[in-house]
Amino acid sequence: MSSELVFCIGLALLILAVAGFTIGVKEDFAAVVGFVVYGLLLSLAWMSLSSPDVALTEAAVGGGVTGALLLGACARLRTREKPAEGHRPGWINRGAALVLCAGISAGLAGVVLLLPDPAPTLAPPAREHLLATGLGNAVTAVLMAYRALDTLLEKVVLLLALVAVWSLAPDRFWGGRPAFGYRPEPGGPLIFLTRVLVPVGVVAGIYLFWVGADAPGGAFAGGAILAAMAILGFISGLSVVPAVNGFRLRFVLVAGVTVFIVAGLAGFAWASGFLAYPVGFAKPIILLIELAMIFSIGATLALLVAGPPGRSLKP
Amino acid sequence: MSVATIFGICAAILVGFGLFGLILQSQPFRKILAFNVLGSGIFLSFGVVARRGAAAGMGGDPIPQALVITGIVVAFSATALAVAILLRLFEETGGTSLQDDAPKGSKSEEADD
Repeated sequence: MSSELVFCIGLALLILAVAGFTIGVKEDFAAVVGFVVYGLLLSLAWMSLSSPDVALTEAAVGGGVTGALLLGACARLRTREKPAEGHRPGWINRGAALVLCAGISAGLAGVVLLLPDPAPTLAPPAREHLLATGLGNAVTAVLMAYRALDTLLEKVVLLLALVAVWSLAPDRFWGGRPAFGYRPEPGGPLIFLTRVLVPVGVVAGIYLFWVGADAPGGAFAGGAILAAMAILGFISGLSVVPAVNGFRLRFVLVAGVTVFIVAGLAGFAWASGFLAYPVGFAKPIILLIELAMIFSIGATLALLVAGPPGRSLKP
Repeated sequence: MSVATIFGICAAILVGFGLFGLILQSQPFRKILAFNVLGSGIFLSFGVVARRGAAAGMGGDPIPQALVITGIVVAFSATALAVAILLRLFEETGGTSLQDDAPKGSKSEEADD
């Protein structure tokens, strides 16, 4: 057995142990910490599966930004909620659930073991047309060229989720700022960390988007890092969460989708149809769309974490 | 035994873990967490499909990888919406119970999880 297999078996066991801890542990806070660790371990698993782009996105979105969201929610629920007692499911229900879940796991494992060999793959055609896009990273080519419509619609889903979250605001707070952030001690470690880390993080996020054309990276991982930096700024109190009816904020939020749609419609004029790119100019257009997208994604993710407006505009 | 098989079985067990938590956890916050574990198990099994499709000098089929990246971001936005609904329910009713004796309306709101 090669050392790679030993590493993968150990990693898989560790992932399962942390997932079991996340599901089973009594305290909510411990469960969230377990979930963040789980996300980071999963990104290692993605590396083992030769998917570095997914690994970056999983680490940044699945572990990082989701972790920040869940920790914030956990803190707000924990302060006032008493632990839920008295409605634990009975033994029969637990046994039935156990049988059901074990059956589904066994079925899925069977499917994985019985997958057709050789596996069907779209890698050769993806590689074949890579030259036409001018990109070096096939995953970015799928996201931004072959299946650009999916990515466009996903951006719309992100915006819709933000609209849905905002719409949960009580009437009196509409148009105000999200009630997010703390008042840490001035001169404390959090403020120091923010001052040191945010400039580095902003550069790292933009760098990830820039190299994503040819190497692992991309707009989603880069946008998630920008979002993390914004969240750090909000938490430390060094930057203020923008009011939801601000014009500049809304401009940044819709810029990505707008540029994407305009470039898509221009495809009718300069190429064969919606979201088609003219020969030889695909890469600069893709980079332009991604540049607009990375700031929109960063702002949307950060505001999804910040939640609905909870402070009125005039203090 | 290959890397893909190991993580394929791992993904299958993760789906079972997540579903178990989703059914048996009584607090909605923990149901959201369990739902995320369930979802990541499904993503991972799709990653196994991508790895098995390695060809043309690439470590994996790029199409499933791109779909999983999209999926992770959409899963995050759904989680953010679920958490926002949960916090709003908590503000309105002072609790997050899904039991039948909970205040009217709480059940239908949580159904969006």
